[in-house]
Amino acid sequence: MKSKVNRELPDELMQKLDYKPFETTEIGHPEIQRVAPKVHVSTGDDKIVDSIKQVVADTVKDGMTISFHHHFRNGDFVFNQVMRVIIDAGIKNLTLAPSSLTGVMNDMVIEAIKAGTITNITSSGMRGSLGDFVSHGGLENPVIFRSHGNRARAIEHGDIKIDVAFLGVPSADRLGNANGMEGNAVFGSLGYALMDAQYADQVVLLTDNIVDYPNTPASIKQTQVDYVVKVDKVGDPDKIGSGATRFTKDPKELKIASMVNDVITHSPYFKDGFSFQTGSGGAALAVTRYLRQAMIDNQITASFALGGITKPTTDLLNEGLVKKVMDVQDFDKGAADSMHTNGNQQEIDASWYADPDNKGAMVDQLDVVILSALEIDTKFNVNVMTGSDGVIRGAIGGHQDAATGKLTIISAPLVRGRIATVVPDVTTVVTPGDSVDVLVTEFGIAINPKRTDLIAVLSNIPGLPVYKIEDLQKMAEKRVGTPKPLAFTDRTVALIEYRDGTIIDTVKEVKD
Amino acid sequence: MAENEERLRRTMMFVPGNNPAMVKDAGIYGADSIMFDLEDSVSLPEKDAARLLVYEALQTQDYGTAEMVVRVNGQDTPFYDNDVKAMVKAGIDVIRLPKAESPEMVEKLDADIAAAEKEFGREAGSTHLMAAIESAKGVLRAADIAAASDRMIGIALSAEDYTTDMKTHRYPDGRELEFARNMVLHAARAAGVAAFDTVFTNMDDTEGFYRETEYIHQLGFDGKSLVNPRQIPMVNKVYEPTEAEIKNARNVINAIQEAKLKGSGVISMNGQMVDRPVVLRAQRVMKLAKASNLVDEEGNYLEK
Amino acid sequence: MEIKKTAIAGTLESSDIQLMISQADSGIAIDLQSDVKKVFGDQIEAVITTTLNEMGVTAAKVKAVDKGALDCVIKARTIAAVQRAAETTATPAWEVL
Repeated sequence: MKSKVNRELPDELMQKLDYKPFETTEIGHPEIQRVAPKVHVSTGDDKIVDSIKQVVADTVKDGMTISFHHHFRNGDFVFNQVMRVIIDAGIKNLTLAPSSLTGVMNDMVIEAIKAGTITNITSSGMRGSLGDFVSHGGLENPVIFRSHGNRARAIEHGDIKIDVAFLGVPSADRLGNANGMEGNAVFGSLGYALMDAQYADQVVLLTDNIVDYPNTPASIKQTQVDYVVKVDKVGDPDKIGSGATRFTKDPKELKIASMVNDVITHSPYFKDGFSFQTGSGGAALAVTRYLRQAMIDNQITASFALGGITKPTTDLLNEGLVKKVMDVQDFDKGAADSMHTNGNQQEIDASWYADPDNKGAMVDQLDVVILSALEIDTKFNVNVMTGSDGVIRGAIGGHQDAATGKLTIISAPLVRGRIATVVPDVTTVVTPGDSVDVLVTEFGIAINPKRTDLIAVLSNIPGLPVYKIEDLQKMAEKRVGTPKPLAFTDRTVALIEYRDGTIIDTVKEVKD
Repeated sequence: MAENEERLRRTMMFVPGNNPAMVKDAGIYGADSIMFDLEDSVSLPEKDAARLLVYEALQTQDYGTAEMVVRVNGQDTPFYDNDVKAMVKAGIDVIRLPKAESPEMVEKLDADIAAAEKEFGREAGSTHLMAAIESAKGVLRAADIAAASDRMIGIALSAEDYTTDMKTHRYPDGRELEFARNMVLHAARAAGVAAFDTVFTNMDDTEGFYRETEYIHQLGFDGKSLVNPRQIPMVNKVYEPTEAEIKNARNVINAIQEAKLKGSGVISMNGQMVDRPVVLRAQRVMKLAKASNLVDEEGNYLEK
Repeated sequence: MEIKKTAIAGTLESSDIQLMISQADSGIAIDLQSDVKKVFGDQIEAVITTTLNEMGVTAAKVKAVDKGALDCVIKARTIAAVQRAAETTATPAWEVL
């Protein structure tokens, strides 16, 4: 069978896992039954546990699903400590269901797979040695990749049934009231972890900072928490801020950013009260700076900024150019600190942010969104998962979710080194072209032919050349040459879910 | 001087000739002129490699409508001859001679280019040249240098070497360059060629860059040499004509067309005769306005 | 053209390729390292081989470390390396360019 973006899906696997192929970006109005967690009743005075070893012994059994969050990013000390104990305890056949996996976790995950401790994974993404390991067939069962909104949906549906959630926090009291804002290794919003706290049968908090009861503001509440474990350190504050959030001086990125800004400011959405999501990465941060000037020049303010937040965005909040920041995660310390001090920066969970099966998610209210791409094809389908060698090295993040915004802009260089970004067919379809509106490269822009309204307003802007996406693809190929097609085996190593839980594409084992 | 149909030369972007990433991407920033450097930015053992890299890039890469310039090594170096030959063979638009101090040096380059054009079957006279003035001697002979060749398209002041020669260094206010700037500019105008101002290297001093660019724009320079593509939109902004200038220029152009239609040799506007300098200035304003995306194809002013 | 000594051209910077050419008894052997080897390895080796052929090099060992160079860069670096190895840098082979 095939998904609507013309990708062949393995029938047997689809049947075995009871999956349907991706059909449409329209969610419609289905009726949904959500699940509820088991509750072990407590008066709250017995939650403090001395060691990870003891809490693992009390909670984790063969075959369970365990989860973690990735808010500490590469400064995470929690995941490896917990997994070490679980592997050493000889526990087998676990499903690992973190919000995402970061580089510091790679070696431990590979060890756990080899030991038979982990036999299934669902995640937003993976990179480095783990992506390489999985792409070379290191895990028997296919990894299931889900966007942040889709993970929330899957948890609410019970597609992901978390038995034990291990959640690191920079501060908690003895009953488990916790937030991401106070302590040594602060990361701001706990947006992704809030899902686990709400839906896991057993919730274990790990912290290096047990504060007086009651701890406020409480993002995770004592009503949700079973155990509180004191550890030496939950994270390295210097490595929490993702490196991608510095302001770029790269002239090519600046050129792209200034063209993205032109697209936004000439679009019908750029008016008082508009909303936007820019994400992280050099060009996205530069866009925020250009956008700031455009907002000042045109005396326009935004009603809200959404998603993963960086300091340039919280600066706009403090300047009054943005009224509210709706914050599911913070990419740098500046944004994390601002959540503490600015009441208009609201922590939101992944469901509120982006869950399609909702009574209204924030992405549905989004006007302008800027996203990146490893590859984009002439059908505007976007790949943010596999690299030019076919190996897994990315994450869906909120890509599929935010792409439902009214003006979805993909900002990407035409070529990177010798690799074309604009290609005839992406290696892996993550976000369908139906939800992508404009591609901006350093050479010019391409508009999705379905958006005749945008073609009309963006076609005659001086200094903003508009191409057919096929022409940009040819320009790229002319510069770098025609690559030899990648070779894969028939074995499926990963499934890419669309945000509604259907399968949009697969990742095959690479042939070296 | 070379055929000099008022080409816009607001920005001449320096690109180190041995850096493939920068050579490859030089075309995407909208510089009026792109100058690949084989001289100061290339270390001695890499001179051959840079020459070959620039040669191959010129054969294969698309640099759009930019004027392509190569700064060759000086005539006192063993690299000069092969630089000139290779660049003429590559079909470069302009060869830039560093450290020009006399008209004889320009005449030598002219002859070397002519010989190379013949050797490699390029059209005679198709390769232009320009000279960089980098010393007291050069400044004092700027007028002779600017007029030394029919291939000449312009002269440039290069302030780093010049200030060293003058036993000073560069100051934020640029007063140490006053004499040289005026000499170079007058020499260029007298010879009917372009005048390029020197580079501004402190990328963190945006205010200083604008101050200097506004100053040389006021003096009358065609444009500026640049070390970073980020400076291109800043220079273009300084050279943008105002709305009033554009509307006035548009009236002048209309008057010319009207005179043509009537078959009249006399151009008049609002009952007054329009003389040649006014016409020339109007044409330049319209060209700048078009390049600055301030007018449409017909020359109508576009509201911002 | 005869390879007289081992010579290097190019750098390990992004978009460049570093080539080391040395003597061999016969034939051309290329050892290529590249992040894009899967998709452009054949093309990179073809550019090197063609350029060597055009320069009349029939026997050479080539070690190439590619950092995403375009064909024009590969060709330029190959010519530079051969001229250095053949000690003809001062008298370039104009017909090959």
